Amino acid sequence: MTLWSTVLLASGFAFALKLLGYVVPHQVLDGLIVSRMTAMLPVALLSALVAVQTFTATGGGLSVDARAAGLAVAVTALLLRAPFLVVVILAAATTATLRALGLG
Amino acid sequence: MHAAHLDDQRRKEVLRQCLSVGIATGAYGISFGALSVAAGLDLWQTIALSALLFSGASQFAVVGIVATGGSGFAAVAASSLLGLRNGLYGLQMSRLLGVGGLRRLTAAQLTIDESTAVAVAQPEPAAQRLGFWGTGLSVFVFWNLMTIVGAVVGNALGDPRRFGLDAAAPAAFCALLWPRLRSRDARAVAAVAAVIALVVAPHAPAGIPVLVAALAAVVAGLLPVPEPRDGVDPGGPGSSPGEEPRE
Repeated sequence: MTLWSTVLLASGFAFALKLLGYVVPHQVLDGLIVSRMTAMLPVALLSALVAVQTFTATGGGLSVDARAAGLAVAVTALLLRAPFLVVVILAAATTATLRALGLG
Repeated sequence: MHAAHLDDQRRKEVLRQCLSVGIATGAYGISFGALSVAAGLDLWQTIALSALLFSGASQFAVVGIVATGGSGFAAVAASSLLGLRNGLYGLQMSRLLGVGGLRRLTAAQLTIDESTAVAVAQPEPAAQRLGFWGTGLSVFVFWNLMTIVGAVVGNALGDPRRFGLDAAAPAAFCALLWPRLRSRDARAVAAVAAVIALVVAPHAPAGIPVLVAALAAVVAGLLPVPEPRDGVDPGGPGSSPGEEPRE
């Protein structure tokens, strides 16, 4: 798959999913099991993304490096109710600083 | 739009929320633009993702998977799974907005976490509609502008790892995840999903671990609903409905 077809396919599916909510009869997603799954899906996916992007190396192997320190700072900032941007900037700054010092 | 019933003060109040969410979220388009170019997408592909896909987590998933050498199929699948929630938001917004034709298509494209969140945070329907359109449009404008800035500056600055930008994406996901972790069920699902993803990661192509981890959500949906117990607060701190939205 070329990069362009990836970009356009992902965009097409994204729009179709958004539109789906506006065109399906409202009863379809009202089932208990389906609504619990759709409520938990973002949680599972976001958590998996955090884990993979923090703890895997380029080849797919596990690795604990400067990104883990960045994430730890991000979690601390979230516990202190820091705004979104502050959380992201602190994580990046921590990781960048450790790398500049030759750690991780 | 449809905001005729709001007095001036409420209107300004809602618009201020829309704009602050738009700017805060849009600014983060800088990291998307920079990461996307670093992942090997060109400027136009980066712009296309922000304008056409327009859903932060899905966009980051696409460039994240491309960056680690994952297949286009894995990128599209992860992006679409993450986009499922927008369909759910659309279901709610569809009832609220009651729009058709071109306006419905526009509403669909603007249906994301932020526009839905600001809308449902308003008590009255007129403010909910204003919150949806105002936030959707302001996020769209700032997000796309900042994507271009990030793509161009990211290019000029070289390796974004030097600036810790590879830690910015998981931190952003973590911040998006955070407010969803208030229930015990959600924390369990998050923990299981993270473990599954890391167990699968060394043995599967990039993108697949995240898809497999989604099974945690499916299993959670199939498990019997626990009986509510006395003295157990399923919400946790900050989950009271009266909490003021943070600006």
